[in-house]
Formats: sequence, structure tokens, C-alpha cells
Amino acid sequence: MHDLAQQIVNGLATGSIFASVALALVLIYRAMGIINFAQGEMAMFTTYIAWQLVTLGFPIWAAFAITIVVAFVGGVALERIVIRPVERAPELTLVIVTLGLFITFNGLAGWFWGYIVKPFPTPFPTSPIQIGGVGFSAQDIGIIVVSLVTLGLITLFFQKTKLGLAMKAAALYPEQSRVLGIRVGWMLALGWGLAAVVGAVAGIMIAPVVFLDPNMMQSVIVYAFASAVLGGIESPIGAVVGGLILGVVLNLLGTYVDAIGNELRLAAALAIIVVVLMVRPSGLFGRAKVQRV
Amino acid sequence: MAAANAGQLSRVGVAIAVIAILPWVVPSFAVFDLIYVGAYAIAILGLIVLTGMNGQISLGHGAFMALGGYVVAVGVHAAGWPYWVGVPVAAAACGALGIFIGLIALRLAGVYLALATFSLAVATPSFLKHFKSVTGGFGGLSLDSVTTPAGIPLDAQHWLYYVTWASAGVAFLVTALLVRGRFGRALRALRDDPIAAISFGVNPYFYKTLAFAWSAALAGVAGAFFAITTAYVSPDTFTFALSITLLIGAVLGGIMSFWGALVGALVIEFLPLVAQQVNAGAPSVVYGVTLILVMLFVPDGIVGGVMRSIRRLSHRPPQPAFEPSVQPAAPVAADQPSRE
Amino acid sequence: MTPVLSKAAIGIFAATFALAMTGSTIAPVNAADPGVSDTEIILGGDHPFSGPASAYGNIGKGIGAYFDYVNDHGGVNGRKIKWIDKDDGYSPPQAVQVVHQMVEQDHVFAIFDSLGTAVNTAIRPYLNQNGIPQLFVATGATTWGKDYKQYPWTIGWQPDYQAEAILYAQDIVRNHPNAKIGVLYQNDDYGEDYNAGLKKGLGSHQNLIVKMASYETTDPSVSSQISTLKAAGCDTFMIFATPKFAIQAMVFAAQQSWHPLTYLNNVSNAIPYMNAAMKAAGPSAVNGIITTIYLKDPANHARYAGDSGMKEYNEIMAKYLPSADKDDGNYLYGVSIAYTMVDVLKRAGKDLTRKKVMDIATHLTETDNPWAYPGVVIRTSSTFRYPITQMIAAKWLGTDWSPTGILVDTRSMMTTAEK
Repeated sequence: MHDLAQQIVNGLATGSIFASVALALVLIYRAMGIINFAQGEMAMFTTYIAWQLVTLGFPIWAAFAITIVVAFVGGVALERIVIRPVERAPELTLVIVTLGLFITFNGLAGWFWGYIVKPFPTPFPTSPIQIGGVGFSAQDIGIIVVSLVTLGLITLFFQKTKLGLAMKAAALYPEQSRVLGIRVGWMLALGWGLAAVVGAVAGIMIAPVVFLDPNMMQSVIVYAFASAVLGGIESPIGAVVGGLILGVVLNLLGTYVDAIGNELRLAAALAIIVVVLMVRPSGLFGRAKVQRV
Repeated sequence: MAAANAGQLSRVGVAIAVIAILPWVVPSFAVFDLIYVGAYAIAILGLIVLTGMNGQISLGHGAFMALGGYVVAVGVHAAGWPYWVGVPVAAAACGALGIFIGLIALRLAGVYLALATFSLAVATPSFLKHFKSVTGGFGGLSLDSVTTPAGIPLDAQHWLYYVTWASAGVAFLVTALLVRGRFGRALRALRDDPIAAISFGVNPYFYKTLAFAWSAALAGVAGAFFAITTAYVSPDTFTFALSITLLIGAVLGGIMSFWGALVGALVIEFLPLVAQQVNAGAPSVVYGVTLILVMLFVPDGIVGGVMRSIRRLSHRPPQPAFEPSVQPAAPVAADQPSRE
Repeated sequence: MTPVLSKAAIGIFAATFALAMTGSTIAPVNAADPGVSDTEIILGGDHPFSGPASAYGNIGKGIGAYFDYVNDHGGVNGRKIKWIDKDDGYSPPQAVQVVHQMVEQDHVFAIFDSLGTAVNTAIRPYLNQNGIPQLFVATGATTWGKDYKQYPWTIGWQPDYQAEAILYAQDIVRNHPNAKIGVLYQNDDYGEDYNAGLKKGLGSHQNLIVKMASYETTDPSVSSQISTLKAAGCDTFMIFATPKFAIQAMVFAAQQSWHPLTYLNNVSNAIPYMNAAMKAAGPSAVNGIITTIYLKDPANHARYAGDSGMKEYNEIMAKYLPSADKDDGNYLYGVSIAYTMVDVLKRAGKDLTRKKVMDIATHLTETDNPWAYPGVVIRTSSTFRYPITQMIAAKWLGTDWSPTGILVDTRSMMTTAEK
């Protein structure tokens, strides 16, 4: 019983990692209806920027703040320079461009910072927490809390602010929005900036757990895809809940179902993606399909 | 029409002549590289059928190559088949798996299919590792190198070269015939006006699944030659990078034309080497940036771009490089208004 | 249009054919072995400079730095070493291609230090068929030492993974006969080799193994596996994992308040990794862990402050790889293995053939490698092809590995030929 509780807690901790990256994926999908295969690598790259700043002697929170600004500017710039020219191109072109970004960011990080695994500073205390014999760390709590706060902010932003509403409108009804004077192109760029920020936050929160190296996100990204699909690829709440569910389910399957074991976790994630897309493409939290215009 | 066909034929003739002579003019190690180019070309041809004609994006064709490679490896290794038996069996096995995955793919639109196949590519090595008793697990399976049959005055490398490229020739020929026949007409009809096509009795499930299966079978043949040439298969051989590389090859080459398969195969074989020369510290940066630049400036791939320039120079009306071409990667960047 | 093209076709055909006739005598035929001239020895290697295992690319760069250093100090018996190092992306087919290229285009004398078990397995038949030395491969799989009858041109260098695990097992049997062993291992040939060694070393005590938990390199975290081992009641923890997962294992164990007797495989025991674990979960995460050492650790500045070998290493790095992080043990591995390579070439003398070099590599006693742990001798014979079998056991105390003073030799335990 107590072992089960520990596995569930571990699963929530790992699931929060998936959730935080899935959140960024969902933001891009909502803004543009595309899957950004480079989302994980962008997050990794910005995490390295934070690491560099801390190593240069910046206080940890200052480093995070600067990184978030850099991520936002970088995300906007990326959309303006690389994505905008192919924005209306067929999906295939966008897929290839984001794969190109994937390869480029991975290579750049390795080039600048090397491939050796690096520790990443955490703002949270490192002493273990024990409740009823179940152990976890303050970092685990931190990731979940930060994911939830991010989710809350995103929700508020899209529902309560003028800019958020404009972005939503631009994504759903670009033609009408243009007539209403919304600068649709810039709204998309803002979407990329926001997603980059959410990715950077995810990277910074995850790195103390999985440790920093250029490939740190490659073991996360497929699970983040699965989380987003499970929760509904247009739903931020779905991304978070989907991530947490996926983390727990994979841990329980891995621990208690010998046929899957730890070896077929990826296969299980693949199965979840395929089954959800076939049976209920809108996921757990998605609403009726919104047509991309 | 007839003139176009004759032109096409003479181009094919040139290609065959060049392929036949090439191994005698390049250094021997390059012959080896060109065998891989042949295998890649077969796999990319499959993607051209799937993506160019059928409009489905697969980031998981490495999985079919893996199956093809392992079918040959296991067959030769455990069952003692001759290699030439392994290749068609690999094609058949992958075609069968292709039917299954093709049926699933029918229900996954556009980018969802890309997502699902990407996950398939990532999960492939873990499947290969899991079925240890058959696949040899992580250590993989070693094969004896191919030897030239008695009576043929070629060394093993040249023999394998001609076998691979002859198979590629067959693959291209059969695919061209398919595309020109009922199958191609059905796919074109479904693509251009699905409602009309269906009302005329074209079964979309049948033809779309068939296209998937055919492209999977081609990837299987490619995987078989990969295994035979390397004389070794392991999960490390069929990582998700391979799947991505194949699609990159198809798109860089140009998915509107069969020629794109040849050009794309050359590009993915040699671009990494060039990238290493340009920047030894970060070959993948060169690779990634090249990819993005090509997409921004020549979104219809190298063959598409070249065809366009030729057309522009000769002021001839647009003429597709091969008949059943589609516009999935039309040159949008230049012609269409942006969203602003 | 058509006739023009046909004419062009004939033209191209004729031109290529003419080229074919003249081009067939490109390869120079030399009486001596390829890759050796009066002034030069060409060595080829392949490392992952792209892809998932790129961290190991630094080994190749370390080798290059050492060869530059040797060349600037007169070379080897009057010859300079030309080092061609290609990117194989850790992919067997790509490795096969670059090795073909190095052999057939660059005419290398030998392939040296290609890295990874799968990669070396893939290129081994080709090199052996053509009688090209495949020297000192950078992998600890048992096959390199065991299968020499089938592959006489291939030899490893670093300690065998099995041998290392045997040492841990012996320590357990001797000092902790009632241990409840839990194993975390990477699910591939590398992890399996460790498991095999552990079982071999435990012999009749295999029942001490209570639980084995595997992980995939694609797993984001191993927290679940740690909980499983803890829940099974294990009090002895074997970490057979690459650095990232080994650090995670130490951290998660501490976070779950599990403090078993821990054995950490050599691959992951560099000081920076230990510091990373300590920073993340406090000193209790790492104190008392046992490992083995066979090379000096360049990140251990305190211990090697006065060490002449380390001084030389620092000089080499400062001069030939000035922007590199010299604390990265991969560079030191490269420099150290390159020393053995140069040693072999020196001993082979002026009259250099592949056969002779192979002969010397398999009759080697190298006692003075400046970067091997003091006392570690690199030794081979025609029937014993595991160059490094000596290791020293060490325990983490506070801020550093503290050698237990026992230099152990697994020579007698290695399988010397395939049955």
C-alpha cells in the first residue's frame, strides 16, 4: 500500500514534468494549429541560458527572470523570421521547419555548452520530505505548483485580458479579426513568445531533476505529446491533467505489469496517442473540434 | 504528351547510364556510399507515394525499414535463407504492417498522423530490444557479408551495388506503372475531388490504405538492403533520427517528382559529410539550418526548384515533372500574401 | 527537345565511359602496408560528434590533442601521426561508411579507438577480413577480449564491464554475506554485461540478488525504479548506469530516505557527477559509495596537485584544446589511450607493418601510462586480450574518492577464449 503510494507520488512528480512541456505544445497548437516538434529543444536551449547566467554569478531568480525575457523575445523573433514565411504553407512544410529547428537547437547547445551532464541549481531546499513513509522533494512540489500557476495565468490571460482575447480571435478567425483591426501576424508571434516562455519555465523547473544536457528533452517530448493528446491538444488544463495521469499510469504499468515493465513505456505512450486520436481526438478536456481557418 | 514522355524516357535513360557507369569512375569507398543512396532512394520513393500523392505525413518510416532489415537478418541468420529470398519477404511483411498502420492512419488527419508516426519512430528501438529472442536484443545480429555468385566477374561491392540499384529500378518502374494505372487515377481523383470520386465508386479506404502499404513495402526493401550492406542490424541502426532523415530527404529532394527520391537520397547521404566539413564542431547546426533555408526559399524541394527555374527560363507553360504531382509543398513563400 | 536530350545522354554516356577507362587506376599499389610513409603514419577513428552519445566525442578530441603534442615533440620514430577522426553519430551504418572511406580513400594504417559496442561490432568483420588493425576500441564489452580467435585484428583497452562487476560481487561476498542486493541497470548490452559479471562474481550466492530494475535511455527519470528497489527491502544497491541516470539514482535514493550500501560503476564516478548528486540531495546521497578507478580524474584537483602526469595533461590541454573543459574525464581518457597507441607504435620501430603493430599490441606490458591510476599496468599476451584488468576500489568520503589501497586484478577471472 505504502509502495503504491510512493509509486503514485513518483508518477505525479514525473507527470508534472510532462505536463509543463505539454502546456507549451498546447499553446502553439492553439495559436496556429501546428505541432512544434522543436518545443522541447527550445526549452532546453533557454534552460542553458539560465544555467549560463547563474554560472556567471547572477542570483538565481534574476537569472530566471532574464531567461524568461530572452525566451519571449526569442520566440517572437523565431516566429517572425522562420515561421511567418511558411505560415500558410502546407502542414508538411511546417513539420519540416520545426524539425529543422529541433536539429539546430540541439546542435547549438552541444556546440556552445558541450554534452556533459550538468547539475542545475534549484531554488528549493534539497532535504527530502517524508509524509507517512512516502518520500519526495521540494522540487517535485515546486514543479507541480509552478505548472498550476502557469496554467492559471494562461487561463486568466486568454479569458480576461484584451490581448489574450485578441490572440484567441486571431487564431480562430483570422479574416474577421483583421477586419476588426487585430494585427493577426503579431498575435501569432506573441503566441510563439508565450509558448517559449512556458517552455523556458518548464526547462528551468525540470533541469534540477533530470539534469542538464542537450538531449534532456528528447526523453520528455514524446511523453509531453502523449500528455497533450490525452488531455486534448487544445486544452491547457487537459495538458496538465493529461501529464499527471500519464506519469502515474506509466509508473504503475512499469512497476506492476510485467508484460510492459520499464522497457515498453514508450510503446505505452505511443498506444495512448494512437488510441486517443482514433477514439476521442478531442481528448479528455477538448471541446468539439475547432476548425482551423 | 508524347513528346513529354519521350523527354522523360531519355532522362531516365541518362539516369540509368550514369548509375551503371558510376561505380567504375568513383573511388571504391564511394561505391559503398552509393549502395546506401540506392536504399535511401527506394525508401524515399515510398514517402513520395505516401506524402506526395496520398497527402499523408509519415515520420515513422524508419520503423518499416527496421522491420525489413530484421526480416532479412533473422531469415538469413536463423533460418539460413539466401539473401534474395529475404528482400521480397521483407517487402511483404512491411506491406502487411503497412496495411494495418494504413488503416489506423485513415483516421488520423494531417499533423496528428505526423505526431503518431513520430512516436512510432521513437518507440521502434524499444520494440527491437524487447523481442530479444528473435532480434538479438540490443546487441543486434551480425550477418556474413555478401559474396558475388560464381561466374560473375564483379567484386562483392560492385555486385551489391548493381543488385541494390537494379532493385531500385524495379521499385521505380513498378511504382510508375501503378501511378499511371487505375491506382494512380484513383488517388488523383480522391485528392482533387474526393466527393465526386467516391460517388463514382472509388473506394477511398481501399486506395489510401493501399498507398500506405505500398510505401511501407518500399521502406521494407530499403531496410533489407540497409541490413545486407551494413551486414549488421541493431536497435541503434533504426533510431527516430533515421525516420526523420527519410522525410527530410523526400522534402529536400522534392515530393512532387520521382526524381526527388534520387536527389533526396543523395542529399541525406552526403549532406552530413559536407556539414562536418563546414563545421566540425556542430555538424547538426549546419544540417538544421540548411533544412530551414531550403524550406523558406525552395519549399517544393530541389527538384521542384530546378524545374521551376527551367520553366521560367524557357517560358514554357507549367508542366509537372511527373504526372500525378500534387501541390503539397507549393512555392507559397513567394506568391501568397502573408497574414499581416 | 527529345533528340537534343538523347544526344546529351549519349554524350554523358561517352564522357563517363572515357572517365571510367582512365579512372580505374586511382588506387596506388604499394609494397608496404598503406598509411605509412617515411614521414607519416595515418590513423583513423570514429566518434559520435552528433547524436545522442555526443559527450564521448571529446575522447576523439583528446586523442587529437595528444597526437599533436607528440608530433610537436618529434613524432614517433621520425614519423608524424596524422589523425583522421570522423563523426559516426553513434550509428552502425554510418560507422561502416566512414570506416570504408578511411580505409579505401584515406588509406589509414589502422582504425584506433572507435567508440561504442554496436559500432565496433558492425565494423569488425570488414576490418578483420582486410587485415586492418582495430586497435583499442572504446567499449568494455567482453567480446573484444573473448573472441580474438575469430577476430584477431581487434582488441579492446578499458576494463571489461564484467570484470568490474565481479569485483563488486567479491566485495559483497567477502564483507556483506547477508546483503539484499538491488540492481539498477541500463537495458542494453552494457547493463547486461554488468549483470553477468555480478552473477559470475556472486557464484553460489546469486540468491543475494533480491530485485533487478532496468531503465531505458529514453526514460526521463528513474525515480520509479528506485522506489521499486527500496520497496523490495534491498540494503545493497548496484548502480550500473550512465552518468545522467547514475546521478538521478543517487539523488532519488536520498530523497526517498533510502540509504543502502551503494556500488557505483566506473563509467559514472567522475567528480563532477558526484558533486552534482551532492548538490541536489546533500552529502548523505554520496557518502560511503564504493566504486573502482583505473584512470586519474582530471577534476580531482586536490589529489593530483603535484602529479607529474596531470601536469603534463594540463599542459597538453592548455596548448592544443585551450577552450575545452579539461575537467571532463573524456579528454583524459583520450589522452591516456593515445599514449598506449603511441607506445605501441614506438615499440614497433621504424619498420612498421600492420602485423607487427598487432603483434606488439597483443604482447604489451605498459607500466608507465602517466594517466593510468598509479600501479595499474596495461598488459596483454597472445592469448589474453584484456589490456586493463587492474582497478583500485575507492570509497567516497566527504569530497573525494578515497582509495582503499587495494589494487585488484581480475585477470584470472576473464574468459580468455570462446568455448
